[in-house]
Amino acid sequence: MSPDLIAALVKIALLIGGLMTAAAYLVLLERWIAAWVQDRKGPNRVGIPLTDIKLFGLGQPLADGLKFIFKEEYTPAHVDKALFVLAPLVILAAALAIFAVIPFGSVVPDFDIWGYKFTGDAVNLVVAPGVDVGLIYVFALSSIAVYGVILGGWSSNNKYSFIGGLRSSAQLIAYEIPMGLGILGIVLSTGSLRLDAIIGSQAQSGWWNAMTQPLGLLVFTVAAFAEAARLPFDLPEAEQELIGGYHTEYAGMKLILFLIAEFLHMITAALLIVILFFGGWHFWGLTGADDQVTWLGALLRIFVLVTKFMLVVLFFMLVRWSWPRFRFDQLMSLAWKVMLPLGLLNLATMAILVELEANGTLPVGSQGTFALVGWGVMLVGWIGSALVAPLQTDNRPRPGAGGLLEPERLLA
Amino acid sequence: MQATDPDIYWITEPQLGLAGNMYLPLFMQGLTTTVKHLFSPKVTVSFPEERPQIGNPLIYRGVHRLNKDEAGRVKCVACFLCATACPAHCIDIVAAPSPWPDREKYPESFTIDELRCIFCGMCEEACPVDAVELTSLLDLTGRSREEMIFDKEKLLSVYDMTQAAEPMKSLELGNAPSK
Ligand code: SF4
Ligand code: SF4
Repeated sequence: MSPDLIAALVKIALLIGGLMTAAAYLVLLERWIAAWVQDRKGPNRVGIPLTDIKLFGLGQPLADGLKFIFKEEYTPAHVDKALFVLAPLVILAAALAIFAVIPFGSVVPDFDIWGYKFTGDAVNLVVAPGVDVGLIYVFALSSIAVYGVILGGWSSNNKYSFIGGLRSSAQLIAYEIPMGLGILGIVLSTGSLRLDAIIGSQAQSGWWNAMTQPLGLLVFTVAAFAEAARLPFDLPEAEQELIGGYHTEYAGMKLILFLIAEFLHMITAALLIVILFFGGWHFWGLTGADDQVTWLGALLRIFVLVTKFMLVVLFFMLVRWSWPRFRFDQLMSLAWKVMLPLGLLNLATMAILVELEANGTLPVGSQGTFALVGWGVMLVGWIGSALVAPLQTDNRPRPGAGGLLEPERLLA
Repeated sequence: MQATDPDIYWITEPQLGLAGNMYLPLFMQGLTTTVKHLFSPKVTVSFPEERPQIGNPLIYRGVHRLNKDEAGRVKCVACFLCATACPAHCIDIVAAPSPWPDREKYPESFTIDELRCIFCGMCEEACPVDAVELTSLLDLTGRSREEMIFDKEKLLSVYDMTQAAEPMKSLELGNAPSK
């Protein structure tokens, strides 16, 4: 076996193990946050089995996992067996495969284990290093999630599941477009589809894309929430209103595959936001230059990436408890009437700026100008829209605005 | 009622502005509330180890007790007012001629089915001599249905258990019935 193959296998094993653990513990974190936000204490009991050691409830994911494993693996008689089993596998496999091109750090120094020599360049912290179509691959695979959803809904042979599947796929397809538009600006200004190259260019200039393309960040973040089916866009499930959407008929391990895939989508979305807009592993004055890599530097980069990732995940979880869910028509009009034009605006601005840079009107590397124009466009758009339509955020009936509380109607 | 009925008020909700539709002001509002609550003191407790704070034991409606008078006798005079008031019909009293000279009757047996009880406090309200009271004991558990039917001894023992912490409400409220 060649070192490359071994490296790849080790990376895959680490990745899958790490992701599964991360997903399990993020569920625990989510439950904690949910509890804290609601002024509760949250799960803090399950520790080491058969002892009194509680460890702040860190054993909870294990207990949850065991519970799912020991649940009855019930398959209703009326489902389409083959597709029914296939759906969760499709969705989970696609969600896992996305991580093949996501860099979890940068480079490591040369090292050797048991006589195998590894050069730092070859041991990239990406499972599949040097995939030039990185971003397209990510999008292709995240679109496959739609197949899982619709297969699950269709094969359940149940009208609620089917409608849930349709709603979900409509949402996923609608938000794919603003998501792509949010990214195109970055691809234009970076000139590459590789995720590590995108981080590299941000690290080189010291300007994160969030600063130069705030509009792109806005559009992408909203779309990422919708793609990951997180609140306030969790219409596929809508636990409180629907009976579970496309996975109504699922139970036991098959259900948990869906749930893990959902969490993996959130992890992907958070990682993409960090990598594309917040400079990945880069932090000013902390992560060093590429030509003098030390172990400390490599670990620092991973640490910075993970910290940023955790912050974004925290944001995801807080947003869940901050907003009510959108109605389906609001969801659609947000995608097509608001996010699509905003994404186009961002793209057009970026195209103009990049073109100006290319033909020499702007000096190369004038990221400051980019940022200025980006924020300018965003603020002008915001103020403009606020002037056209006043900042009215309350549509409850009240005096002077029609409805029951109108005095003349009460007197009449 | 028809849709054209003049008594119907048709409410038209005011139009949301674009900014309102775009959710951003509301977003900041919501996120601030969430973050504030993230760090605010928690209202739940780790139950068996920690006991919840009871706001006012005088008005808390937990497990019943039968009060005793100064002589250690059951205060109840078996007037059946509590059993009559009880909406859940869970009080069962057997009256007998009292062995003591100061009253006519006393309860030979007095049982409350804690499983049927809805803890409304009507019995406490009804009692003319403040004999039956609801304490602030809140973890009422048992292994069988029979165990949850509290007889006179058990209800009196609840009094012994709680009297130190919770004096009789009539005394506490300063309107003890005059003899
Ligand atoms: S608290 Fe209400 S339901 Fe319970 S015994 Fe008293 S009167 Fe009956
Ligand atoms: S507890 Fe009070 S109300 Fe009930 S029978 Fe006895 S004296 Fe009457």
